Amino acid sequence: MSDHAVTINVNGVERSNLVPARLTLADFLRERLDLTATHLACEHGVCGACTVLIDGETARACLLLTVQADGREVTTLEGLTEGDELGPIEQAFWAKHGMQCGFCTPGFVLTIAELLDDNPNPSREEIIEGLGGNLCRCTGYVKIVEAVEEAVTLRGGGA
Amino acid sequence: MKPPDFDYVAPTSVDGAIKALGSDSEAKVLAGGQSLIPLLAFRLAGPSLLVDLARVDGLDHITDQGDRLVIGAMTRQRRVERDPLVANRCPLLAESLRHVGHPQIRSQGTIGGSVAHADPAAELPGVVLALGGRVHVTGPAGDRTIESEELFQGFLSTSIADGEILTAVEVPASGPRTGWSVVEVARRPGDYALCGALCQLQLDDAGAVMGVHLGLIGVGDRPMRAHAVEAAVLAGANPADAAELAPDGLSPSSDVHASSDYRLHLATVTSRRALTQALERAA
Repeated sequence: MSDHAVTINVNGVERSNLVPARLTLADFLRERLDLTATHLACEHGVCGACTVLIDGETARACLLLTVQADGREVTTLEGLTEGDELGPIEQAFWAKHGMQCGFCTPGFVLTIAELLDDNPNPSREEIIEGLGGNLCRCTGYVKIVEAVEEAVTLRGGGA
Repeated sequence: MKPPDFDYVAPTSVDGAIKALGSDSEAKVLAGGQSLIPLLAFRLAGPSLLVDLARVDGLDHITDQGDRLVIGAMTRQRRVERDPLVANRCPLLAESLRHVGHPQIRSQGTIGGSVAHADPAAELPGVVLALGGRVHVTGPAGDRTIESEELFQGFLSTSIADGEILTAVEVPASGPRTGWSVVEVARRPGDYALCGALCQLQLDDAGAVMGVHLGLIGVGDRPMRAHAVEAAVLAGANPADAAELAPDGLSPSSDVHASSDYRLHLATVTSRRALTQALERAA
């Protein structure tokens, strides 16, 4: 099957590549661009580990073909903050021990970034509902919910 | 798993898409991909060509036609969910979208893709059926419309013919004194419902029910309309009595998630709750 030329803005940089149609965006980010913060677990859209922002909205990178992302803007965890600086959500995960193995964390951080952009001061119920599309097999979610509440404070969204 | 190998085209017109689809008997339409790509990953689908509609002109719109809303097939679910016109003119559709997968799915998933996929537990086919909507399709022989009661033919099956493309979904706009409700029982929010009831009803000036639509999902090989319940409500039955008729004509299968009997029980429970909430909202 033929390769397809794509140009995708990834974390603010135009990246041009030739890709087979079957290559998912998640594999493109990881294998072609070495952006390995986007994790792959289930590879069929259930676990949320591969969550990225497409044109500013969260999406599953395993449920998009790279060719579908041609001409669009993709933000991965690497692009969420400058350099090695921790953003408020990452700081909150650190402070509240919102991770154990950390495999699911990149997807959670991007989901939370969108959640707090839409709703800077969510209730606990809204946080739990907002995290519904991301699976964590270590924490039992309690520490992740606490991290979101901490992030609300760090971002100055608290009452 | 990784998807199998296939070729890909992204035409920019409906005509171009129909030509591409006709060029290969194993071609399949790609809309948002949120159902198709998992099928590819599981190797349950093996098309030789995907025809992506994302770059086709004119398929991304929400149009108010007075007594109807027409929504382009490639309009993303999240856009429809957040659209004030939809919230105002078809609140049942707006509310049902909040039950479709997760925000990460709805940002890419499309209205037309979900309706054409015809999952019997999916909300959008249920809404289109419940409201008596229809779809617009275009094929080599031209345009036609398919009424919702003719559209859903069985598990993941519709009367859209090979070579045809769904271009728009049409639902009636709601009138004054309309109430609506979406009630689902699912293992987790965002999962496919074990059973769901989608209800819209309208009261007349005297406060009596003058129209009622009740769709049920997850209880058959396609979305179902609860005609017996609707008739009872129109005849004046209260929600609890009317909902007892919800299992009429249903024979859901048992699977690892729920037995047939439990699904029939849920049909009554979700119908009762949906009718009750819709009546409250209409009052």
